[in-house]
Amino acid sequence: MTITRNRRVALGALAALMAASLTACSGGGGDDGGGGGAAEGASADEIEAALQEGGSMTYWTWTPQAETQVAAFEKAYPNVDVTIVDTVGAGDANTKLQNAIAAGDGVPDVVQIEYQSIPQFQLPGQLVDLTAFGFADLEDLYTPSTWGAVSQQGIWGLPQDSGPMAFFYNKDVFDAAGVEVPTTWDEYKAAAAKIKQHDPETCIGNDTGDAGFTTSMIWQAGGKPFHTENGEVTIDLADEGTTKWAEMYQPLIDDELLCQLPGWSDEWYQALNDGTIGSVALGAWMPGILEDGVPDGKGKWRVAPMPTYDGTPTNAENGGSAESIPGAAENKLLAAGFLKWLNSSDESIDAFMETGGFPATVKQLESPEFLGYESEYFGGQKINEVLAAGASDVNEGWQYLPWQSYANSIFADTVGQSYLDKTSLMDGLAAWQEENVSYGTEQGFTVNGG
Amino acid sequence: MTPFLVAFALMIVTPLVYSMYLSLFRNQLMGGTTFAGFANYVTAFTDPKLWDGVGRVGLFLVVQVPIMLGIALIAALAIDSGRLHGKSFFRVALFLPYAVPGVVAVLMWGFMYDDRLGLTGSVNDLVGFPLIDPYTKQWILTAIGNIVTWEFVGYNMLILYAALKTVPLEIYEAAAIDGANQFRIVRSIKIPAVRGALVIATIFSILGSFQLFNEPTILKQIEPALISTYYTPNIYAYNLSFVGNQVSYAATVAIVMGLVTAVVAYVVQLRGTRREI
Repeated sequence: MTITRNRRVALGALAALMAASLTACSGGGGDDGGGGGAAEGASADEIEAALQEGGSMTYWTWTPQAETQVAAFEKAYPNVDVTIVDTVGAGDANTKLQNAIAAGDGVPDVVQIEYQSIPQFQLPGQLVDLTAFGFADLEDLYTPSTWGAVSQQGIWGLPQDSGPMAFFYNKDVFDAAGVEVPTTWDEYKAAAAKIKQHDPETCIGNDTGDAGFTTSMIWQAGGKPFHTENGEVTIDLADEGTTKWAEMYQPLIDDELLCQLPGWSDEWYQALNDGTIGSVALGAWMPGILEDGVPDGKGKWRVAPMPTYDGTPTNAENGGSAESIPGAAENKLLAAGFLKWLNSSDESIDAFMETGGFPATVKQLESPEFLGYESEYFGGQKINEVLAAGASDVNEGWQYLPWQSYANSIFADTVGQSYLDKTSLMDGLAAWQEENVSYGTEQGFTVNGG
Repeated sequence: MTPFLVAFALMIVTPLVYSMYLSLFRNQLMGGTTFAGFANYVTAFTDPKLWDGVGRVGLFLVVQVPIMLGIALIAALAIDSGRLHGKSFFRVALFLPYAVPGVVAVLMWGFMYDDRLGLTGSVNDLVGFPLIDPYTKQWILTAIGNIVTWEFVGYNMLILYAALKTVPLEIYEAAAIDGANQFRIVRSIKIPAVRGALVIATIFSILGSFQLFNEPTILKQIEPALISTYYTPNIYAYNLSFVGNQVSYAATVAIVMGLVTAVVAYVVQLRGTRREI
């Protein structure tokens, strides 16, 4: 996740090039990449022996820390040669992996996949079930929500990071408007009105309709609109939690309390820098983005727990990814060894955290060193205490659609229209549901439309 | 002849045949790729999203192309008239936008259209009310047309200017002796002389309109809800293929659009050449 979305503009350029070669694109073969299932397993000893014996493998990732981690790995296992391929961002990575699997050529041994995209590859049987490698024993290492994201009827990857949501706000903006940090969404709406009143050019937040944010907000409200079991998908974007969110959120749109700025645009960064936008509710990976992209906010920003509906702390994940082994990977034994080291060894996770990664492992999340870190950017606040506390409040049982990246791509066509025209979010959600039911059916799923 | 045929077969025929082959299948996340016969074509002809896009580029074509070519023609005539001071400067200046990479041009305009940081904001501040707001449902297509016009006026102007340059000087001399004024010369000599070039420029512009992709794709990053995933047929095909995992259907859309474009271009050419006789 992290810095992927602000590269969208560059993607536009790339998209143009790709369109030119559209007709020449591959994908005709009937091969689904094969593999999957628990066909070839191995014990921990066998994996260790394979690592000692060595060989070469490929690792696709967009994690900035990957170089450091791989260097440490190659030092520990000098016979293994890991080639890193930078997949730039989650969107690109999905397309690239899909194409490689369809072509049956150049498939990586280990690949980074966003949590929300795992079902997209797992359901057609394109990922290795890691249960066969004894990875079920690793469950206790990870937070329940991240483990839940990789383990639906099998183990399809090991969690790398997590993004429990938190409320990041610019204290100067809040102080100037005489607003306290909201603890509930009602208080949030009152604060939004007050900030707007204080200076009509400013707003508490921005939103023009963002699928990642909305699904996380529905998750936090206790909604479970997507459910997949045995290839049968149920979509109910009018369930209790979703409705709860939509009813809470509608006035923010109707009363124009939010800035009409799409997230991750240049304009957005500018607005965060100059205090036009007073807060954002995003994943725990946000501090790195703020330090990097909002230098003028240094010393002004703080973090607080997510506002709640009734005072009971509940939370959701926003972004985050795991590493998986594709069924068509050439060297699965070596891949399993690397993957296990990458996402469960202290050495690797420490390297990941040193440069701002937010881990998925309980031990690191609870370490005094991590919790006691005082961020200079956040005016000396112990931000990880807040962020880690948020990780333990994440609602369980959330599932994404097996075609979430496609679903997100049509979000602006449907729910986005409610934002644009200031019409009912529930109508927009119903349109989104309808499109997804028809897409899912076309794609060979049995889809129940709520 | 043989080297040409080899290149032609590799670069033109192979992708076409391969697309046609692809379009006969059906891709599913569950179930993989299966033979579907002409089912994709049946879907395409009744696909409201595809025809929504076709309608939009059609409208774009009917409005933007005449405006762009009109400006290009006026510019070409002005530069050719010999009454313009610094004509080589204007020739280069008008052509310059064409030399700017398309993506860069759209990013630049996208920024200028911004009503907070961009030129639009400054203009609106100056007049005191939101005079122009390109990022709205009513204006976004016009805003795209403006960018495309800016990009391609110079290119079309050059085509027309080159055609004007081929008119023999003797004809002008004869016209002058006959007492024809400048407007008469333009109407009776220059415009007929550029008709052939105008037909070619029109056909290029038709192709460009049907292939509209860069401008809306980049503006979508700025205003996601304004530009749908099927805003133009090309954007639709791109999303089907690279986001929706429907490579075969995308190939079908591409072939259907190829046919539509060919028919429209052919009709324009027939009309253009008929009037020439």
